[in-house]
Amino acid sequence: MEFTASQHAFAQALLHADQPLPPGLTGARGTADEARFAVYRNNVHVGLTRALAQRFGVSEKLVGPDFFVGMARAYAQDRKPSSPLIIDYGDEFPDFIAGFAPARALPYLPDVARLEAAWTRAYHAADAAPLTLAVLAPLAPEDLATLILRPHPSAALLRSPHPVGSIWAAHQGTDVTPVDDWRPETVLVVRPEMAVNVHVLPVRDGLFAALLFAGGSLGAAAEATLAEDPGFDFGAALVGLLTLGAFAAIAQGDVP
Amino acid sequence: MNRSTLALALAGSLATALAGAAFAAPLAPEKMVGNEKCYGVSLKGQNDCAAGAGTTCAGTSTMDYQGNAWKAVPKGTCVTMKGGMHMGSLAPIKS
Amino acid sequence: MNAVARESLPARAGLGLKPEHYGHVLEARPDVGFFEVHAENYMGAGGPPHRYLEAVASLYPLSLHGVGLSIGAAGPLDTAHLRRLRELIDRYRPQSFSEHLAWSTHDTGFLNDLLPLPYTPETLARVSEHVDEAQQAIGRQLLLENPSTYLLFTESTIDEIDFLEAVAARTGCGLLLDVNNVMVSCVNHRLDPAAYIDRFPVERVGEIHLAGYDETVDGAGDRLLIDAHGSPVKTDVMALYDLTLARAGPLPTLIEWDNDVPAFPTLHAEAVRVDALLAGQAARRNHLKRAG
Repeated sequence: MEFTASQHAFAQALLHADQPLPPGLTGARGTADEARFAVYRNNVHVGLTRALAQRFGVSEKLVGPDFFVGMARAYAQDRKPSSPLIIDYGDEFPDFIAGFAPARALPYLPDVARLEAAWTRAYHAADAAPLTLAVLAPLAPEDLATLILRPHPSAALLRSPHPVGSIWAAHQGTDVTPVDDWRPETVLVVRPEMAVNVHVLPVRDGLFAALLFAGGSLGAAAEATLAEDPGFDFGAALVGLLTLGAFAAIAQGDVP
Repeated sequence: MNRSTLALALAGSLATALAGAAFAAPLAPEKMVGNEKCYGVSLKGQNDCAAGAGTTCAGTSTMDYQGNAWKAVPKGTCVTMKGGMHMGSLAPIKS
Repeated sequence: MNAVARESLPARAGLGLKPEHYGHVLEARPDVGFFEVHAENYMGAGGPPHRYLEAVASLYPLSLHGVGLSIGAAGPLDTAHLRRLRELIDRYRPQSFSEHLAWSTHDTGFLNDLLPLPYTPETLARVSEHVDEAQQAIGRQLLLENPSTYLLFTESTIDEIDFLEAVAARTGCGLLLDVNNVMVSCVNHRLDPAAYIDRFPVERVGEIHLAGYDETVDGAGDRLLIDAHGSPVKTDVMALYDLTLARAGPLPTLIEWDNDVPAFPTLHAEAVRVDALLAGQAARRNHLKRAG
């Protein structure tokens, strides 16, 4: 058989365990043994489910290893990596979990997985200097209000109706610690230097941070947040977010 | 609130926060990282040992490629809600 | 230290560099001949992997090992991936770059395994084109590694060693001899591993790989070895390695341990074992030279 066609047949049989062995295979006994082809099928599936387990370790703890392998296998069956960069594999796994019926009993699971996906993205993201307070302090009021900040390349913001950061933190050690306060959390994942940091933001600053991350100006984000919560403290929130390294540096010349 | 009133209010709020923050001077990134506990809750997390997945050029003898027969239910750590209120705790359950 | 200035890897034992050992390696600076990493794990934009690899590469010779180029694919090479490899090689200037005689990409999907190909005049031409293209793209020679295989193809008309040697002769690439893969494939296909080593063109070999295999049986009850990289190098593979050294002389030798990665001392003990065999061969050679 022609090379392209025979490799296609091999790949099809590899990806579908219910299909017969592809033509043209043999072994020392003069026949192709099913168990030998199974090694290849197995390598593909185990390799991908293990990659997901390594990236989504807390999610795995939350559902147990057997359930996780089943869920990961269901994901991997239809979603092979799009490139050899396994470090990126599973970016869509949280959305898959959200639509995965057997996992519906754990409504917080997709958001925990989103946090884990964000952690790995932050780990491998481009290095960049964070924006410092020194850039903002001298701005005229009008310029401050119209300023649009660029999230740090490593930064991700996750607004969850569940205590997603606390659940994640509770599973970092070998012993799972209790989550004291069951309430919505807005989590910032960011790597301003070499360590990936995970922060739960003050509740009332969640909307403000989300609007900034969505590309809103400081003025627009502050106005919308103040409309929801007149007690919102713009200065404290902005200084706080900058202190965590949430935004990328802007050249002095770029500031109006 | 009109535009300029808002702008002035925000500038004032920022000036107050900067004055109160005790680091109104230019702040180096490494100093900022050290100050993370000033805002929100910093969670203790994993280190490089859990750096996510990498490639492999090895095979495995752990067999797990068969079909998709789905009978499993989640059996990991569980969240118990007290009386259906917005409270809860996470505790390991014995499997 | 002039280790970094070397143009090739030293004829010593090397280890795979794993994230869980970054800190230890930089602090303790263990006596290891070189470190090897998988290229694809350093194709992120930034972060700790690059920071650590820069530090390690400034202290030790570096081997870059690709697992995703899919040189044995019937379809074209991924030019975006070739560009990523080129960037990585330009950045880290590794003493060696190697890839596999295997395929792993089909249509647009990456299959995450090193899959086998038939050895025919047609596949020889395709693989040679791909090696040529890759060497052009990355601006240096690559070493092509012999695979571990579990099945054979009825249409194969070229012996594996002849195939590898022909690719090397046509493209000028070097070879990476994975002695564990030799054991795995030979046992799986009832061939004599010592005869394989005897016939291998060792003068083209730039690096050797060693690893631990797992053992099971196939549907007929025949021995089936799996290239698992999750245990110490087995005794028979070490003996085959010693035989290889007797033929080829001392060569840079990587111990691969990718699954269930142990604490660093366990890995280092493997390197010490291999260094002892390398030193023994070097001593025998010197002795023969003096005697001659």
